[in-house]
Amino acid sequence: MRTKPLQTPLSEERVRELRVGDRVVITGVVFTARDTVHKYLAAGGDLPGGVDLRGGVIYHCGPVAVRGNDGRWQIVAAGPTTSYREEPYQAEIIRKFGLRAVIGKGGMGGKTLEALKQHGCVYLHAVGGAAQVLAECVTAVQDVWFLDEFGAPEAMWKLAVADFPAVVTMDATGNSLHELVRASSQTELARALSGSP
Amino acid sequence: MRNALLLARDCEANDSLAASVLETIHRNIDLACSRTRPICQDTGSVLFYVTAPSSFDRTAFKKLAGRCVTAATAKGWLRPNSVDPITGRNDGTNVGPGTPTFYFEDGPDPAITIKLMLKGGGCENVGAQYSLPDARLGADRNLDGCRKAVLDAVFQAQGKGCAPGVLGICIGGDRATGYEHSKIQFLRRLDDTKPDPTLRAFEEDILRSANALGIGPMGFGGKTTLLAAKACTLNRLPASYFVTVSYMCWAFRRQGVVLDQSGHITQWLYS
Ligand code: SF4
Repeated sequence: MRTKPLQTPLSEERVRELRVGDRVVITGVVFTARDTVHKYLAAGGDLPGGVDLRGGVIYHCGPVAVRGNDGRWQIVAAGPTTSYREEPYQAEIIRKFGLRAVIGKGGMGGKTLEALKQHGCVYLHAVGGAAQVLAECVTAVQDVWFLDEFGAPEAMWKLAVADFPAVVTMDATGNSLHELVRASSQTELARALSGSP
Repeated sequence: MRNALLLARDCEANDSLAASVLETIHRNIDLACSRTRPICQDTGSVLFYVTAPSSFDRTAFKKLAGRCVTAATAKGWLRPNSVDPITGRNDGTNVGPGTPTFYFEDGPDPAITIKLMLKGGGCENVGAQYSLPDARLGADRNLDGCRKAVLDAVFQAQGKGCAPGVLGICIGGDRATGYEHSKIQFLRRLDDTKPDPTLRAFEEDILRSANALGIGPMGFGGKTTLLAAKACTLNRLPASYFVTVSYMCWAFRRQGVVLDQSGHITQWLYS
């Protein structure tokens, strides 16, 4: 299957043609945001000065970062974290800041799916735990905010990435691979439970 | 674990999302090994399981282990993962109330066994405890009821525990020992089998039935949802019947050593 390249910032048009099951690679800039940043932004907190998320990509990730003697940060592990924890906040953040893609793992719920459709955004699933393969795609740490307040995993890191691989599992047409698999596995579960072992 | 993942990759359809996930996982493990870096950025809860004679100085061990954990964190081998639940403060040392976690057991001979497990938060969150009977599942207080509860846990988890994973199951016990012993199952080797034929059949059935659900790696659909299921039993109170399921993601990190009296390593477990 062909892999579709995505370059940030993303246009609405580009995002709306993506479909569940598409493999993509992202090149450009992504911003990490986990629970604390989501809660902060959803509660009306301001983005750090100079940060514009329009056409942007948020990555649910708490990286392992080490600071070299020269003061430069290096990302040594950067896989996705469970996205569902951001379900209460994500839709609002997509709307308010004009996000075009959210990267994470495990998928998200109905509120986010609706926001993807309404505002033209996609949910991209990275391979959970593949911290090294994904850290390889981080070519530079461009900035970091909220480091002291929120701690390293919860801070907002601005990462330059090249050919960062992911799969579209929720698209802007209202489809969710997570819902499809859930439904088919539910049928199988009913079968397994009715039959004797 | 690595071999199990490779076998799984060969079972999935060519060019499927499932196969490409397993391929990425495989590449990831290679990269982590060659660079001495964490295979997953969530280095999880740090759990020590120590079996030692009663003369073993537990307090000194805890202090020393805490210092090692802090040092490993400074090197970027562990992520600062110890957070005060009220203030949200994370002091970056990975040492605090309850972290790291220690389980001590008295051992008969002079040898000391120390096992270390790192258990990620994503898979910890999909663990579940059922109190039988469970009307929703139609699960009674028998092995078939346990089966229903365990399969429900796998279904509820979908790909969220970073499937493909390993299940640790404890039938019986109380709320605390249920989780403790379901996790202890992760100290068993993947290829070990229970001597008790009933439990062995139960483990095999869970593995087969869970994989028939079609959840697959990362929940993208596929044949490999679980790589193994490990179960144990504890006696229960007449009033309670708990089934406890712990989920371990594919980033299954553990190591163990046997030390002699002078503290030298005489054996590596799980190599
Ligand atoms: S569940 Fe495991 S593989 Fe997934 S992010 Fe957590 S530690 Fe990593």
